[in-house]
Amino acid sequence: MSDLLSIDALLIAACAWFAIGLAGLLAPRETHFVSKFLFPAGALVGLLAGVVALNFLGQAPQVAVLAIGLPDLPFHLRLDNLTAIFAMLIGFVSVGISIFGAGYFREGEGTAPGLLCLEYHLFLASMLMVLLADDAYAFMVAWESMALSSFFLVTTNHQHAEIRRAGFLYLLIAHVGAIAILLSFGVMTGGAGDYRFDGMRAQQLSPFWSSAAYLLALFGFGAKAGLLPVHVWLPEAHPAAPSPVSAMMSGVMLKTAIYGLLRVSFDLLHTPLWWWGVVALAVGLATALFGVLYSTVQSDMKRLLAYSSIENIGLIAVAIGLALIFHAYRMEALAALAMTAVLYHCLAHAGFKSLLFLATGSVLHATKERSLGKLGGLIHRMPWVAWLALTGVIAGAGLPPLSGFVSEWLLLQGFLFSPGLPHPWLNMVVPVGAALVVLVAALAGFAMVKFFGIIFLGQMREENLKEAHDAGWWERAGLAWLALLTVLLGVLPTTVILRIDAATRQLLGTGLTDRMREHGWWMLAPISPERASYQPLVFLAVIAASVLLGRWLVRHLYHGRVRRTQAWDCGYYFQGPRAQDTAEGFSQPIRRIFEPMFRMERHFPTARDEQPYYSVKVEDHFWHWLYLPVAKLAERMSGLIIRLQGGRIAIYLLYSFLTLIVLLLVARP
Amino acid sequence: MSAVPFSAQIINLFASVILLLAFAMLGQRRVMPLINLFAYQGLVLAMSTAVVAFTTHQHHLYWSAGLTLLLKALLLPWILHRLVRRLNVKWDVESLIAIPTTMLVGVGLVIVAFNVALPISQLSNTITRGTLGIALATVMLAFLMMITRTKAIPQVVGFLAMENGLFLAATSATYGMPMVVELGIALDVLVGAIILGVFFFQIREQFDSLDIRNMEKLKDS
Repeated sequence: MSDLLSIDALLIAACAWFAIGLAGLLAPRETHFVSKFLFPAGALVGLLAGVVALNFLGQAPQVAVLAIGLPDLPFHLRLDNLTAIFAMLIGFVSVGISIFGAGYFREGEGTAPGLLCLEYHLFLASMLMVLLADDAYAFMVAWESMALSSFFLVTTNHQHAEIRRAGFLYLLIAHVGAIAILLSFGVMTGGAGDYRFDGMRAQQLSPFWSSAAYLLALFGFGAKAGLLPVHVWLPEAHPAAPSPVSAMMSGVMLKTAIYGLLRVSFDLLHTPLWWWGVVALAVGLATALFGVLYSTVQSDMKRLLAYSSIENIGLIAVAIGLALIFHAYRMEALAALAMTAVLYHCLAHAGFKSLLFLATGSVLHATKERSLGKLGGLIHRMPWVAWLALTGVIAGAGLPPLSGFVSEWLLLQGFLFSPGLPHPWLNMVVPVGAALVVLVAALAGFAMVKFFGIIFLGQMREENLKEAHDAGWWERAGLAWLALLTVLLGVLPTTVILRIDAATRQLLGTGLTDRMREHGWWMLAPISPERASYQPLVFLAVIAASVLLGRWLVRHLYHGRVRRTQAWDCGYYFQGPRAQDTAEGFSQPIRRIFEPMFRMERHFPTARDEQPYYSVKVEDHFWHWLYLPVAKLAERMSGLIIRLQGGRIAIYLLYSFLTLIVLLLVARP
Repeated sequence: MSAVPFSAQIINLFASVILLLAFAMLGQRRVMPLINLFAYQGLVLAMSTAVVAFTTHQHHLYWSAGLTLLLKALLLPWILHRLVRRLNVKWDVESLIAIPTTMLVGVGLVIVAFNVALPISQLSNTITRGTLGIALATVMLAFLMMITRTKAIPQVVGFLAMENGLFLAATSATYGMPMVVELGIALDVLVGAIILGVFFFQIREQFDSLDIRNMEKLKDS
């Protein structure tokens, strides 16, 4: 194994995924073969890829040239520490998702299982190739195959019109983004025509052109990641896709966009300007606040998670912005802190959001229901899924001792140093961002409580939920793997940071390693223990001790008996499961407080209604302010162009005839 | 005035007959005479090619001439005749075209064609270079015919006549294309005519007439 280069091992992993996908075509209708054999094989490949990338961290970059592609234009590949972090993320997270997928995909649901297997593994392989690409050409080829394979995965159940619509929206925005990325690469070559990343690094661009490249990249990668205002595809496409696919897209694919943004803004453009960071910070804050507010008011569980993904991407963008600002002012230690927060949050979010999306998949299979208002009390029927989902929920809410807390804590630590910036405005305005981040974190906690509480706690709102069954062993294993990742990321932050520090050092020239090594592995103190430190194991121990103690006290000292009986109804006997707080009711205060942020259509029952009902529909302002006007403009312009198509052959012939005459006259020798 | 060799005069004569026939086709409203005019054009083209071959001792041009005679003067007109009889459209008449206006436009096109061809023919050193303008004009007139006709068969005749013009251009500028290319084009034209013949039946079945204005209904929206 030692004489095999890591980059070759990762290439073999990508080829293996591709081969597994092709194997799915051999027997597209054999569900058993595909799910019980091919998907576990894919998980194994993912595990190997993850281990290879983890072992690579800290080594010198490796390059390879693949002689495929156009003549004289081979694929240049490169494995460095930044790539390795994200390859590790893809590898380890895909293990859980693939194992879950082995139990999830059933017969007779949309696309044939074998075809799904091809699309899924192609998706994985192309994401890995995006990371390995070392020239713009290979990058765009991989990027586009990633977009296309995920498009087909989203439209698995294409017989529904709204799913086709969601898929189209996704494809459209993905392509607008891809154009921006392509233009950004074009600007970065500086007219030298060298599309290898090495050539771009060597270019010395003027501030104007490098800013143009940065803004284009921010827009292009933002479209894939779900930054405002190009986020609209996310809450449509994630619910439309099957749950493992949503998990893969939200947990992993969004991170490839973050990878691209980091690659361009820290590696290819090596001299950032301070206002780039401000732009990323502002966009990130807006995205995070928008995402979390909308996630609190959703009543479809997958939409809730999709908006929560927007929020998390916003937080990552905030951290990127912070890192850019510190980096521009040569405050590398603080930049390293913010960069660690970026990478850590990528890992943490990939783990817990995939876990939550997979849990919704199990709930969906058990109950055939996606609307939160028709779920409830499932912890009794699905204890495995409920407890594993609780791990993800705690991490998603940013509570200690799990992974979400660590990255948000690091981010806030970074903010606390921003008053030291040598710029009269920034050192006053940026700390205000910290307040917004805290607000976002609190609201994220609210959204997660809503998600878990309404689905798993309380009583069952519908009769048929009594027939719900717990997930199968494959699904449990997948969920448990991701829960394990989340817990490990939560309780061993120092160990993890020491590994990912290699990427930070590669991008910024300095890292957190030296200061971290001064303390033991149990204590996370990124700047100095006097200022701030965090000991996750202490938290874990205290929490576990108080929970166990409380349980013991209730069981043994208080009365020791658990009775299931009617709750006291305050003399108000008409009480059933339907009288519980609904999804809409739970988030009503948020809707009230942040009313201007939403576009609501409400219907209140009146005393004279024959069939009184209450409904509320929350829509996105951006859809009406930005997308519909653009769509109308496009429609009007195509209306003008369609006049060319008169339908008469004579007119068509006339077009060619006139073209011929004009060309003859123009091109006279 | 420099003396033009006798053979060149003959070639020019044939070329001008071809142009004249192109004008005649442009002005012909009825189907059967139109096909006949097309057959005459093919015949004259074959003769002119044969004269070029005789004058310049280019043996492959004899083959071209024979092929043209066989295909354009005999086979294609015969196919078209058969089609017209089978489709029973012998008495189809183009009603809505203004012949004098079309003719005037045609004259304008000929001027353009000669103007455009002049510099090219000065570069060429073939005996037939004077006819390049005529060839280009024939192409354009055939194109014009396709634009102005609303019935399907005259359009196809226009298409075939355009190929005649191209052939003439090739002969006059460079003594013909390589044999392989020529054979390929001849085969294309033949296959094209047969496929279009099939289409005629489909069109008539769909619309009960061969008036292609009916096909306007096929567009989107």
